[in-house]
Amino acid sequence: MPTYIALTYTADVDWSSPEQADEMAEYREFGAAARAVIRGGSALYPTATATTVRVTGGRGGDVLTTDGPYAETKEALTGFYLLECADLDEAVATVAQLPAAWNGAVEVRPIIPV
Amino acid sequence: MLTGDAARRQARAADAAARVIRAERSRILATLIRVTGDVELAEDATQDAIVRALRTWPRDGVPDNPRGWLLVVARRRAVDVIRREVRRVGKEAEAVALLDPAPDSPEAVRDDLLRLVFTCCHPALSLDAQVALALRTLGGLATGEVARALVVPEATMTKRLTRAKQKITRAGIPYRIPAAEELPGRLAGVAATVYLIFNEGYAAGAGDDLIRVGLADEGLRLARLLVELMPDEPTVLGLLALVLLQDSRRAARVGVDGRPLLLAEQDRSRWDRAAIGAGVELVGRGLRRTPDHPDRYVVQAAIAACHALAPSYDRTPWDAVISWYDVLLTVHDTAVVRLNRAAAVAERDGPAAGLALVDTLVGLADYPWFHATRGELLHRLGRAAEAATAYRAALALDLNGPQAARLRDRLAEC
Repeated sequence: MPTYIALTYTADVDWSSPEQADEMAEYREFGAAARAVIRGGSALYPTATATTVRVTGGRGGDVLTTDGPYAETKEALTGFYLLECADLDEAVATVAQLPAAWNGAVEVRPIIPV
Repeated sequence: MLTGDAARRQARAADAAARVIRAERSRILATLIRVTGDVELAEDATQDAIVRALRTWPRDGVPDNPRGWLLVVARRRAVDVIRREVRRVGKEAEAVALLDPAPDSPEAVRDDLLRLVFTCCHPALSLDAQVALALRTLGGLATGEVARALVVPEATMTKRLTRAKQKITRAGIPYRIPAAEELPGRLAGVAATVYLIFNEGYAAGAGDDLIRVGLADEGLRLARLLVELMPDEPTVLGLLALVLLQDSRRAARVGVDGRPLLLAEQDRSRWDRAAIGAGVELVGRGLRRTPDHPDRYVVQAAIAACHALAPSYDRTPWDAVISWYDVLLTVHDTAVVRLNRAAAVAERDGPAAGLALVDTLVGLADYPWFHATRGELLHRLGRAAEAATAYRAALALDLNGPQAARLRDRLAEC
């Protein structure tokens, strides 16, 4: 069965703050409901905590770090799930239950099996 | 060397073989995709079988069961390829499963084709990819033909098709007929893709762009295929009705100078009565199956039927046309539908009434027919300067050559 990563793009919120407790509860509900297909995942701290790393001039070159996410967008990558589903239809039906799907968007990508 | 008679006989046999192959190709491919689970491999195996058929059938005659013949050869080819793979990665079970001759009942063939239809028109694929895949796999066009029909370089089309097939495999787009509860939504997607194919050809007009016109035939063929596969689905009945009714005007749509003619100007004796009869009958079947919730395509076809059955433009039943537009708005409320309704109101109640409705519409600034309709109504009201401005706005947008020529003529009359 293919495995998908579901990337949630939402407002750049701090999931660890009490203000997000209600929404976090919704995600926990999703987690319980979709337990059969969830293989992993996490909420992420806000993009203010992100560091973007580049190495210039090829392997072993200078490590260049910049503060912030790779791309500044209105909606930010705020979490991810690994889902093992029968096919894309099941994956789409599953992520359609994520609050991020109506508060933002969810990108579904198949992962390359090893 | 062949004598004249023998050469003619062989040419006839080759024609017959090509016709049968064209008719069976998508069915063989559909079954092969199911049994191999791999679009690329299925295409290769199908192509291999076709090449063999084209070599032997003209000489030996078309076999009694051409589909069976093609399927056996294509399966054998797929098994060969997988066996080679097996030695590499140990996929023993797959090759064994392929050797098992699955029952080839008419229902099984129909279901395979349906799977192919719904996979090609899966909403996770871009509309461009859906159109290309439908033409390639369901229509059986070669990649180069698809590219020419859609006016895209062949290399671009090759890439587009490869990417689409890759997405089907890698993202796990299922090869499956949707469940009953998903069916209406998924069918609407299929119908939209087929209608787009038809319209690409139909809108291209005639004459200078014959390759694109071929797309109208492809759209018609695909709509017929859908009715054959799903004879009870109103969306599919409505789609074929709509396509048939529009296509019935094909011979009358273009004037001697190659300019497109409006409904009012067309010689109705040149409309295809057989197509109109079939279209009207399908509208009836579609309406009987949708007593509670009107279907968008059935209603659009009903509007087309009102025009098709009117003995002359002056005797168009505008009340009925407008009522059908009102029904259409309950299931498909778009600015373009409202524009078309306004044009019908203008015919019944005069240009001022139509223009009042047109001027309430928003979001059509990039739609040339919005400006063209305004231009026409302003022209009829004798407001020449405003009409000219509207025609110029239409001409600044994307129109094909004959359509633009027509509007320039109107502009010259302002």
